Amino acid sequence: MTMNTEKSGGMNLTLKVWRQKGPEDRGGLVEYKVTGVSPDQSFLEMLDVLNEQLVARGEEAISFDSDCREGICGMCDLVIDGQAHGPDKGATTCQLHMRRYKDGDVVTVEPFRAKAFPVVKDLVVDRSAFDRIQAAGGFVSVNTGNACDANNILVPHDRAEKAMDAAACIGCGACVAACPNASAMLFVAAKVSQYALMPQGQPEREKRVLAMREAMDDEGFGHCTNEYECEAACPKEIKVSNIARLNREYLRATLLSE
Amino acid sequence: MKLDSKIPTGPIEKSWDKARFELKLVNPANKRKFKVLVVGTGLAGSSAAASLAELGYQVEVFCMQDSPRRAHSIAAQGGINAAKNYPNDGDSVWRLFYDTVKGGDFRSREQNVYRLAQVSNNIIDQCAAQGVPFAREYGGTLSNRSFGGAQVSRTFYARGQTGQQLLLGAYSALMRQVGANAIKMHTRREMLDLVVVDGAARGIVVRNLITGAVEKYAGDAVLLCTGGYGNVFYLSTNANSCNVTAAWRAHKRGAAFANPCYTQIHPTCIPVSGEHQSKLTLMSESLRNDGRVWVSKKKGDTRSPDQIPEDERDYYLERKYPAFGNLVPRDIASRAAKQMTDDGRGAKGTLSVYLDFQDAIKRIGEDKVREKYGNLFDMYHHITDENPYKVPMRIYPAVHYTMGGLWVDYNLMTTIPGLFCLGEANFSDHGANRLGASALMQGLADGYFVIPYTLGGYLAGSKLPKVGTDHAQFAAVEADVKARTAKLLSEKGKASPQELHRKLGHIMWDDVGMGRTAKGLKDALQRIPALREEFWKTVAVTGSGDEFNQTLERAGRVADFMEFGELLAKDALTREESCGGHFREEHQTPDGEAKRDDEKFCHVAAWEYKGEGKEPERHVEPLTFDNVHIAQRNYA
Repeated sequence: MTMNTEKSGGMNLTLKVWRQKGPEDRGGLVEYKVTGVSPDQSFLEMLDVLNEQLVARGEEAISFDSDCREGICGMCDLVIDGQAHGPDKGATTCQLHMRRYKDGDVVTVEPFRAKAFPVVKDLVVDRSAFDRIQAAGGFVSVNTGNACDANNILVPHDRAEKAMDAAACIGCGACVAACPNASAMLFVAAKVSQYALMPQGQPEREKRVLAMREAMDDEGFGHCTNEYECEAACPKEIKVSNIARLNREYLRATLLSE
Repeated sequence: MKLDSKIPTGPIEKSWDKARFELKLVNPANKRKFKVLVVGTGLAGSSAAASLAELGYQVEVFCMQDSPRRAHSIAAQGGINAAKNYPNDGDSVWRLFYDTVKGGDFRSREQNVYRLAQVSNNIIDQCAAQGVPFAREYGGTLSNRSFGGAQVSRTFYARGQTGQQLLLGAYSALMRQVGANAIKMHTRREMLDLVVVDGAARGIVVRNLITGAVEKYAGDAVLLCTGGYGNVFYLSTNANSCNVTAAWRAHKRGAAFANPCYTQIHPTCIPVSGEHQSKLTLMSESLRNDGRVWVSKKKGDTRSPDQIPEDERDYYLERKYPAFGNLVPRDIASRAAKQMTDDGRGAKGTLSVYLDFQDAIKRIGEDKVREKYGNLFDMYHHITDENPYKVPMRIYPAVHYTMGGLWVDYNLMTTIPGLFCLGEANFSDHGANRLGASALMQGLADGYFVIPYTLGGYLAGSKLPKVGTDHAQFAAVEADVKARTAKLLSEKGKASPQELHRKLGHIMWDDVGMGRTAKGLKDALQRIPALREEFWKTVAVTGSGDEFNQTLERAGRVADFMEFGELLAKDALTREESCGGHFREEHQTPDGEAKRDDEKFCHVAAWEYKGEGKEPERHVEPLTFDNVHIAQRNYA
């Protein structure tokens, strides 16, 4: 197998890619040789070129999710050499560039793995569990048209900044994929923190954290045992201190609940 | 086809109030009897779906991604405009209205734009109440910045992730209704056709992208909130899956397509690095607040930027437009960059110009620059492997936004009764050029504050017979969709859909891009149909239709772009003037600025589909300017 040579003398790599026909299929790693890879290509563009060649030869392309290709939509989700979103810190899979690799490297590509994220096909997984957690309480109940003038709700600068740090979560699920327990605590903590830090979130503060925690457990995510792998894998570098806040919020809500 | 814009008469300040009063109401108990299908979950779709469900309508929502939160609104960086005048710097509804009409180069409807400016303030209130973490001052009030050619600071923002935060706000409102069982959410569904019964939109046919099943949904109204068509150029700042399919299918069922030639080329994107590239990355134009754009005064200068002394640099935007400097509107900044590179003065001889922060770093310090733009600088560094704190950024224009779209009346209804179109997918508010931070404003205005009123007006004023998916028309449309999928799968060629898409992109960018000529457009009108023929002969689609198949998805979207691209070029050829994002090289002032022809082209062009292989018919909606004096735009 050869790739179109982007620049003469580009890199040659061996990819071991997880192929799985569907949720019921056992799946396994399939080896592909790629040649002439340009360091300016992104990792996903390298897979695009491989896919174009597979299709031209009448073989099925490797299925993988991606959309914005600039690290914000949260759709891309590969485990590369055992790391969710690959080796770069604070970056999504789509932001990984081939200059990170050298000629002759062998690279393994797998889907995010968690009981709550079943494989759809090849590298594509179902992360709808996150949507259901959000639907359980990840909102402020304010109907359209009900708002007061925006400056009637004062949010101190530092609180707003902290809330924004948490709100930066892109819902990609890398925290789950990186956690040995496949826990979704960082995801839930980010949302709970954003609202707990802001005045808008106060009326539903207790109800929200209880509902979201319960939904998380119902989806089959594991528990947090302070591995901190989630923070290390998070492309938005969301801090585990949010999990501490989630735990405080949960305890507080439990105590306050009737 | 008759275009009735339903623009309210009378003073513009009262026109939306008057229209709202005249729209019939659906009583609260009756709302639950109506079902609304919403396609797309970006800002327009999510906000519309949530607001309509709150009112009591039955709502079903469809998106092609795995979650409604992924829609491409999420990628908007800079901000959202509103006429709050919090900074006390002279802003008002009237000024936002005026700026938007002028920025759109006098090719939008005054009444639509006025309404947009009016509801802009409600949007900020609504989003703040939802807990969107906008940037704040130390006293806790909202921060503003000046953005994209505005002389007042009216832009609200959440770092460089405003689109993300606003979308997550709308998504949270949507998910609240999903949790309350007021909305049925269908993810990984792609709309492939519209069902029209007795002249009214009554349903859609979608492909379940997981199973491949073709599914039918019936309703009393359909809302298309499916975004823009920038990916017809192959390379754009749009997400990979952005496409024209839903709008194009609706067009072929009778919805007029307006002003397809109005495409926005964003001036500050990371330049193309090679043929392998799958998209272009935008750098927020907020960078132009502190960055200075320049090229060498010498042609073919290959020196590295630090070797070019100050007096040999041409800060061409500051030179040509002293009042606005680096903050001129997007179309002007883009064209100016093209003029520089056409003149052989691009950075190191390449297709790019410099965006330099050295002066800003000297003035406010590297830390302050990092605080303001850190994430953008990191992104740039990551992609290009160059450190913008040390070396000036290199930027070049890229296709970013499309002002054209399905024609809608003042109530956001297309020429098919019951089919509404919101957000970037419609044509209405930005004229020939959109100002920065106005896309988020329009998407949310349509969804939160316009459609909740206008949809009720339609439903209360129509007699809609009961129609279910067992109606014969559903079966007919389903058969069309299946036949089309089968046709794509039957081609046993060797060319991947991407490769053919790339070829289309080359034609579009070269001949229908930033500088258009009659000769180039005529040439494109020969080449696009030829390429379309090649597509159907050579496209390779592997796998089957009964499974998750991304190659098939892509092929279907490219097939529609192959048809749509031709209409875009035709519209550009017919519009014998330059305005906003549409620049015809034959029509320019002696200084190379866009030269409108208000006598002949002060109108909306709305194209009617007349059937396979037949010439589309061009209809005209005249535009009048009673409130903003129509004049040559002048930013000097």
